[in-house]
Amino acid sequence: MSVGVLTLGILALAGAGFVLGRKRALSSVSGDPRNLHSLPGYHGQSVALFTAIPALLVMLIWLLLQPLFLEQRIATLLTPADIPDGSSQALVMSDVHRVAAGLDALAAKDGLSEQDIDLLRADLSDIRSRLAGVGVAVGDAIKPGVLTAAKAYRLQSATGRLVMGALALLLAVTGFGWSMRRITPEFRARNVFERFVVALLIGASMVAVLTTLGILLSLVFETRHFFQLYPARDFFFSLTWNPQFRGGSDLGIIPLLWGTLYVSFIALLVAVPLGLMAAIYLAEYAGKKTRTLAKPLIEVLAGIPTIVYGLFALITVGPALRDWFAQPLGLGSSASSVMTAGLVMGVMLIPFVSSLSDDIINAVPQSMRDGSYGLGATKSETVKQVILPAALPGIVGAVLLAASRAIGETMIVVMGAGAAARLDLNPFEAMTTVTVKIVSQLTGDTEFASPETLVAFALGLTLFVLTLGLNVLALYVVRKYREQYE
Amino acid sequence: MNDMTLTEKPVNASDIKITARNVQVYYGTTHAIKDVDVDIPDRTVTAFIGPSGCGKSTFLRCLNRMNDTISICRVTGNIALDGQDIYDKRVDPVQLRAKVGMVFQKPNPFPKSIYDNVAYGPKIHGMTRSRAELDEVVEGCLRRAALWNEVKDRLHAPGTGLSGGQQQRLCIARAIATSPEVLLMDEPCSALDPIATAQVEELIDELRSQFSVVIVTHSMQQAARVSQRTAFFHLGNLVEYGETGHIFTNPSDPRTESYITGRIG
Amino acid sequence: MTLSSTNPPKSLFAVDARTRKRNAAEARFRLYGLIAVGIGVLALIVLLTSVLGNGLGAFRQTFLQLPIALDAAKLDPSGNRDGEAMKKVTTIGYGKVIQTALIAEISQRGIATEGVSAKDIFGLVSKEAPAQLRDQVLANPGLIGQTITFKGLANGRVDGFFKGRVSMESAALDSNISPAQLVLAQQMRDAGMISVSFNPAFIFGSDASELRPESAGLGVAILGSAYMMLIVLALALPIGVAASIYLEEFAPQNKWTDLIEVNISNLAAVPSIVFGILGLAVFINFMGLPQSAPIVGGLVLTLMTLPTIIISTRASLKSVPPSIRDAALGIGASKLQSIFHHVLPLAMPGILTGTIIGLAQALGETAPLLLIGMVAFVREYPGAPPDGFFEPASALPVQVYNFTQRADPAFVERASGAIIVLLVFLVVMNTIAIILRRRFERRW
Repeated sequence: MSVGVLTLGILALAGAGFVLGRKRALSSVSGDPRNLHSLPGYHGQSVALFTAIPALLVMLIWLLLQPLFLEQRIATLLTPADIPDGSSQALVMSDVHRVAAGLDALAAKDGLSEQDIDLLRADLSDIRSRLAGVGVAVGDAIKPGVLTAAKAYRLQSATGRLVMGALALLLAVTGFGWSMRRITPEFRARNVFERFVVALLIGASMVAVLTTLGILLSLVFETRHFFQLYPARDFFFSLTWNPQFRGGSDLGIIPLLWGTLYVSFIALLVAVPLGLMAAIYLAEYAGKKTRTLAKPLIEVLAGIPTIVYGLFALITVGPALRDWFAQPLGLGSSASSVMTAGLVMGVMLIPFVSSLSDDIINAVPQSMRDGSYGLGATKSETVKQVILPAALPGIVGAVLLAASRAIGETMIVVMGAGAAARLDLNPFEAMTTVTVKIVSQLTGDTEFASPETLVAFALGLTLFVLTLGLNVLALYVVRKYREQYE
Repeated sequence: MNDMTLTEKPVNASDIKITARNVQVYYGTTHAIKDVDVDIPDRTVTAFIGPSGCGKSTFLRCLNRMNDTISICRVTGNIALDGQDIYDKRVDPVQLRAKVGMVFQKPNPFPKSIYDNVAYGPKIHGMTRSRAELDEVVEGCLRRAALWNEVKDRLHAPGTGLSGGQQQRLCIARAIATSPEVLLMDEPCSALDPIATAQVEELIDELRSQFSVVIVTHSMQQAARVSQRTAFFHLGNLVEYGETGHIFTNPSDPRTESYITGRIG
Repeated sequence: MTLSSTNPPKSLFAVDARTRKRNAAEARFRLYGLIAVGIGVLALIVLLTSVLGNGLGAFRQTFLQLPIALDAAKLDPSGNRDGEAMKKVTTIGYGKVIQTALIAEISQRGIATEGVSAKDIFGLVSKEAPAQLRDQVLANPGLIGQTITFKGLANGRVDGFFKGRVSMESAALDSNISPAQLVLAQQMRDAGMISVSFNPAFIFGSDASELRPESAGLGVAILGSAYMMLIVLALALPIGVAASIYLEEFAPQNKWTDLIEVNISNLAAVPSIVFGILGLAVFINFMGLPQSAPIVGGLVLTLMTLPTIIISTRASLKSVPPSIRDAALGIGASKLQSIFHHVLPLAMPGILTGTIIGLAQALGETAPLLLIGMVAFVREYPGAPPDGFFEPASALPVQVYNFTQRADPAFVERASGAIIVLLVFLVVMNTIAIILRRRFERRW
């Protein structure tokens, strides 16, 4: 029974539960809803919920856990002889999955019965070509051990599915019967239903926590894995980044961090003054017309996807900088450079800085401005000496948030900064960043369990910790600032 | 260019400091002030009283062009300081406000130190030549605002850390630090407790010796206590203006009488 | 006591030197602000003109039009118009047919072809054209034996020549095209055999290999993005609204609630690429979902969009005045009833606006999708949902990135064109959001 059919079945039972529960509630008071504690609809809803939710929940958890559980059981079936030199258990297991999927496809296409499949033997029939016939490509000849494991995998996962289906159905029917029996005129169906709904609401709010947890666990887990293969000291302190296809790589993060910070620094150099001045102008000087025209225009910059900025860096800004500045000044001949990525990222961050600063400037109470104007200060004196100092913590927070954005930005640097890890001061030189290398290490063809791939998780963890630190600091500063005027 | 020396002017209440003629104020389409004519004498406390929304604060804000900072506000008519039209094109409101200082309803010290709050005005107007001179001005103003003894040990603590009454006296010290000729006070005691109010009222009475003080107040008792002249505003009109004692004891307009006896307000 | 009224009575009308200086500083400061705003607006204009200028060409394509006699002997050797048998004739066979027809048509029109070999003449035609012809014939075997007017793609370089991307000078250095070929192409255009016209295949067609930029389209990417948006909408909206209702209306003030709130605001600022790592580690490696599939992309984007939706939903729940809740509670409604019957409907416009803005952000997101394998070259359209959610697809922004990674400069035009399509979607979504807000915004 497929998951879809099962889900539909459970939902249908829940639907029936709603109708029947309603009916039963009404009939228990011989059709006069005034004698019920809760409206008949609530009785129906509570039956439907108790039918569907526990069963679906069990299904979901089962579906998540079954592969993990099976994986371990099947892995014990593989002998060391099944794992060729230079390969790993993980790779062989992925072969097992593919063969198992192929067997399913064969069963569907050629109408093989379970017995036929059981009789298939790796050394006698040419399974590889038969699998290829149903669109499953397997590297080389399938070893008997792999085929056995694949067969076991198929059978056990089918059994698992069957048990799951039975369990889910049982739960649904039990929930249905139990909640139907509970229906009496005095039964507080509404309260039960509402408690149930609140539980669901809590569950939904938990998703955010689970996401953070998932991020942390997956990063930490794979990073630990990486540090078992590659010394942590070299990762943090080596000055070279030079991944090799065949091992012996230098995977030092320092050149990447340097590139990241350099690009971010230039971006902030562009975005902070421009964003801040634009916010000040729009908040304190601009007339109503200018404001209604210019503010949305600047905010449009924030709504443009980063890939667009990336393309802009690649085809317009990069070549322009190279032809007008870098080459005439003899500073290099690369279109992708720290300057290219930094400038474009700076433009991207202008609306970010300006809208945050705008909020913060507006949070400074009017009485401050009045006090200053009342003493005969000009607008710029008021801005520079009263508003900005008062808003300073908020603005620092905004800059920190912008810095965190710049450090984590990916597409602009992938397309504008270059791919060469370099420790250099020349901003017209191509350099690379942490995010660029995460992309290139995880989209390349290297084997997943190699340090060259796993390093991406260590880079990701570094990035996460760095940006999280900046965000927490910024939120703290901004919150303190808000308290000051509340 | 500014000598910080004491130049005694003879106290003569008949010197007219500000003259307003035919003043109209509009907020967008609302006609907030209608046909106000008033003469404000030098070295006197003049009180503006009237029910809320009668336009007394609006009119006060016309006297140093604070209304310029509100874009929908429009002022017509003639207001002259020492005979010079303050709405003349040649007048820079910045210079005007140095001469006509203002204290607001809610104490609004800047989020800076006590010292910097007072020093702000002299600094932006370039009134002192040296740090020592500035120190002297700050001390002088704090003394005149009767705050010196309370804050002399913590001049560099933030001004926002003071109590409400101290904050308001700090704002007064800040306002007189630019050595204005007129001091406008917009309900300076409405956010203060009775003890702080008494201190500020005492201060206002002392300030009268050097400035022309205009105070907007809700409290008739306060007007009676601190002012020599009183103007009663009602619905944007100046109803009655004269000696405080006269207004309170023998008002000539029935509306004034209703207000003073508490029938409107 | 040294301070008192000190200014020697000075005319208000005389502006002193210091004030003049201060006013100059004021004017300068104001100018800086204006310049900053100007730079921001200018950057926007330059960005948009650059993209539009490069990309508009992608919507028009150079086509060859010529009569082709579909010779039964060559295209259907078995002679019984049987589809399966006809599939045996490959695109090479169709290519020969096109080549013959093309040379015949050129000589019939009297266009001089000195110095251009037959192979070079055929080189003016896209490598995709034989496949186009083959598809046409296989779809309609009755055409065999007739002479049809075939409209096929011209080679990318020829297309570039008519759009100004390829010049005689660059052709001289290019191994894929020669100046003589371009001269011939120009003559053919003058004779009406070659034309440039609107190309729907750019929007609806599927991607093409490195060697045939002229036939690369966005169909698979648009479909993939649409699938992902469906998933995001179906998951993020209910979860986001449910979480917001809990946090705004039920959550007690305690450490746990604080933790959730800090979590949400932090998630909103986590770099998007980290979500990609999460998707790779959890959805693909741990849960075993397929790579490049819209379901994984949709889940990752859901998690990214949730904070946006939660933040805007909470703001609009907060803006419903407490009096509405009190009114409902006062007539004996339960808390949940007051929320679902009264507060939520009133907050709905704000919630939908936030959701659309969240979706628009998700639509443009690229980095996390790179990590979950959506960079793969996908030509096949994914099937209908729900199965299609699990089949490989591309996504619009990733397709842009893919185009930029290819060597042929013709792909730059394609990438910019794809961005125009992306921006059109974003503009439409944001317009809907603005209209919703304008129309239903309520002032309490």
